[in-house]
Amino acid sequence: MSKQKTERLLSLVVCLLSSRRYLTAAQIRDAVPGYPETFDAFKRMFERDKDELRELGIPLETGINSAADEEVGYRISRQAYELPEIRLEPDEAAVLGLAARVWQQAELAGAAAGGLLKLRAAGIDAEETTQPGIEPRLQTDEAAFGPLWRAVRDRRPVTFGYQAAGRSEPQRRNLEPWGVVNRHGRWYVVGHDRDRGEQRVFRLSRIEGPVTFTGPAGRVTVPAGADVHQAVRDWDSAPPALLTAVLRIRHGAGHGLRRRASSDSPARGHDGWDLVEASFRDVGWYADYIASFGADVVVLDPVDLRDAVISRLKGALG
Amino acid sequence: MSTRAGTATDRLQRLLALVPYVVSRRVVGLAETATTFGITESELVDDLNMLWCVELRAPDPYCPIDLSYEGGEIMVSQAESMDRPLRLGTDEASALLIALRMLAELPGTQDRSALRRTIAKLEAAAGTAAAVSAQVAVQMDGRAPADVQALVADALRRRRRLHLSYYVPGRDEATERDADPMRMLMLEGRAYLEAWCRRAEAVRLFRLDRVLGIEVLDLPAQVPDEAEPRDLDSGLFRPSVGDVQVVIELAGAGRWVAEYYPCEETVDLGEGRLRVSLRTPDTRWVRRLALRLGEDGRVISPSELASQICADASAALAQYA
Repeated sequence: MSKQKTERLLSLVVCLLSSRRYLTAAQIRDAVPGYPETFDAFKRMFERDKDELRELGIPLETGINSAADEEVGYRISRQAYELPEIRLEPDEAAVLGLAARVWQQAELAGAAAGGLLKLRAAGIDAEETTQPGIEPRLQTDEAAFGPLWRAVRDRRPVTFGYQAAGRSEPQRRNLEPWGVVNRHGRWYVVGHDRDRGEQRVFRLSRIEGPVTFTGPAGRVTVPAGADVHQAVRDWDSAPPALLTAVLRIRHGAGHGLRRRASSDSPARGHDGWDLVEASFRDVGWYADYIASFGADVVVLDPVDLRDAVISRLKGALG
Repeated sequence: MSTRAGTATDRLQRLLALVPYVVSRRVVGLAETATTFGITESELVDDLNMLWCVELRAPDPYCPIDLSYEGGEIMVSQAESMDRPLRLGTDEASALLIALRMLAELPGTQDRSALRRTIAKLEAAAGTAAAVSAQVAVQMDGRAPADVQALVADALRRRRRLHLSYYVPGRDEATERDADPMRMLMLEGRAYLEAWCRRAEAVRLFRLDRVLGIEVLDLPAQVPDEAEPRDLDSGLFRPSVGDVQVVIELAGAGRWVAEYYPCEETVDLGEGRLRVSLRTPDTRWVRRLALRLGEDGRVISPSELASQICADASAALAQYA
């Protein structure tokens, strides 16, 4: 790493921050130590420095001081640079400290730590340790998270390969991403599918290969009424119709099924068995679940559920 | 921002935060500051020297920053327009706001009012950098009843033993046990209790949505010294050497298994078929999984497990005969 470069960038920031007037490139070269003598070499280095400062989010402004100026100059407006005043009560600082730890090793961990450091630099005493024994974590194991977050942030369209459920080959999708949502531990991206011409939800773990930008920043417009939270909730939620199953369950077994039971009593004529009525929403899913209990559960009604369970069990015979 | 990383811009960010950090506290210890910034004291002294040495040559030469760090305490007496930190960037504001909003979704564990106030203040301070964070959300699994979470949090706070009725789906068993709580985890969208289980005499992880009943006992929690919290960075479920290796072939509709369970190896067999292998100390749940998968999954090895599954299916079908 270059100590000289850090010194030069630091001096440049201080120089531009403390000047109310726009400074021309030549004035900057005179004030800031560390630039090369020849003007061309200086210009090249200065251009790179400006890019690096902007990368850090330092608001470098260009402008002229008066109509008579022929050359544009540079300055950093203190108002645009400075974090506005923020004060937190001790309980607020405590939850902030907890929030900063949520990302841990995940994608935005560095950003959370950097943000916390700036807030501490503003005088906030956010302790890293807070309410004992509570550790919330957010993970981003899916490789697609990073590029999709940047695409949402910068409003850029993307393309990726997607392995939809029940399809054998991944398909290429073109998406204008509106948002990313973690639901029950899984990440989803919501946006406008350019090929289908409508809103779609994709699960990040089913994205195969790289996510590639297909347009510049600002190309995506999130429609005013778009609700990414609701889109993922709808995509994930079960159909509303509530059905009732009549099951015979062996004593001491089928606890998972009994938790949804509306009635549960000993089965007449079947010693050691209970008669349980339970509600369910989806025959296929519920049949899979019942099959997992093997010989401990028998479906009495409805018939389609009973047939689906039998078919599952036959399939498992091999 | 990784404060230890070596690039010039990383260090610049640190230097720009360091000045306001000291200014806002008037006087602050070297050791404490080094800890906050994640650097050694000698690295911190290098930083302070670099700040102190900043010199602008024109129009008149002057040193904009004056500071001292004698007797282990840092003071900044002059900071020339650098006394406030840089605004939050979009990533920084979003990372914190997303996390705060996620905490606000957790039932019963945190001070909701403090979270609401913090979110509002941070949104105001971040300005436009906060906008994108509304396009990201975390929805927690709400199946764990809020009262279970509240009782676990209460036991943690007061260091009390818990009595749990706990459902183990892999064995379809409701179990009774006392447990000394160590911490509550929010992981992969679910709430877990990590505790010293007095029945197993080992550290156990309990999914709160599988708690059938819970009682805070009037006994102090006694977590033995040998109880090691799990290293969460290596994942929740760690296979161990004594585990059985299970190989399953999955057809299209059974592919979810590869996403849902931590598989050691996943091989694409073409035409939508996968072969996964995973390790487990207890194969009873695999037998249940196989019944559930029906023809969409086939246990290939161990062969004894495959024959057990076949017997399980026959026994279940006999009920319908």
